Amino acid sequence: MASENMTVEEVHKHIRVYLTVFAALAVLTVVTVGVAYIHMPIIPALIVALIIASIKAGLVAGYFMHLIGEKKIIHGTLLLTFAFFVAMVALFLFAYYDQAQVGV
Amino acid sequence: MEIPYTTTARPDTGLYNAKIGIWLFLASEVMLFGGLFSAYIFLRIGAPEWPGTILGENFASSFDVLSVPIGTFNTMVLIASSVTVVMAWAQLMLKDFKKFRYYMGLTILLAMVFLVVKGFEYNDKFVHGYFPAEGTFLAVYFTLTGLHGLHVLGGVVVMAYLWGPGAKMWETNPQQFTNRVEVAGLYWHFVDLVWIFLFPTIYLL
Repeated sequence: MASENMTVEEVHKHIRVYLTVFAALAVLTVVTVGVAYIHMPIIPALIVALIIASIKAGLVAGYFMHLIGEKKIIHGTLLLTFAFFVAMVALFLFAYYDQAQVGV
Repeated sequence: MEIPYTTTARPDTGLYNAKIGIWLFLASEVMLFGGLFSAYIFLRIGAPEWPGTILGENFASSFDVLSVPIGTFNTMVLIASSVTVVMAWAQLMLKDFKKFRYYMGLTILLAMVFLVVKGFEYNDKFVHGYFPAEGTFLAVYFTLTGLHGLHVLGGVVVMAYLWGPGAKMWETNPQQFTNRVEVAGLYWHFVDLVWIFLFPTIYLL
């Protein structure tokens, strides 16, 4: 975001968005905890928790970190980081299931 | 020697250098925490029960070991601090230095509250003899929340500098100071992001 070029009106508009996002994050936190008290089996519970956490993370990254409207170079860097992160998790999981199959 | 592109955009990236720098740093941080998260997943899927036995007592759920209300409170504190730090930056954009100081001070205060609450949580574990060596669950809990806590502490140091002695730059180079606050804010939001994933996966699952 070309933050240095923002007008006063634009900043005030952003402030309203920040407060709305804050309210959404607070509500989603309450939802996360509320869902946890239902004590679902681990896989559905994990999926629900990660979906809510991802929405919250998206709100923080998109609005507080201004990723929406950020330069392409930042998006590219983050995409590359995400790809490496997924590869790292996949390596762990492949290794685990490979070992489990062999019975070690 | 003058450092280039502290206030103006570098032609090839379209951004001032510190912004590229902080995003590259945050990318490395994603891999750091990602590695630990991967280890957590690996340990958890391999564990017959979770949290399992700690000091001879069997626990079926992390609810029985950790305090969910305290974790929820700290989550709210960190989310609130994310709003106040972005509000601090917005006040500089509005050229209101007094309000910047107010919001940045509030952010530091909230970060301190987070750390104090975490300290009470740790103390409660220690007095019961729950140390990292007492089981995989506790090792994961202390490693992940400990590293996160160190990041919070690092953020407090940087923000306290910007609130105090570093704020002198507002008089001499307001745009560079605003950029510094923005970059510190980006780091702080990342610390919040990590907690957004840590809290449900450690406290609630």
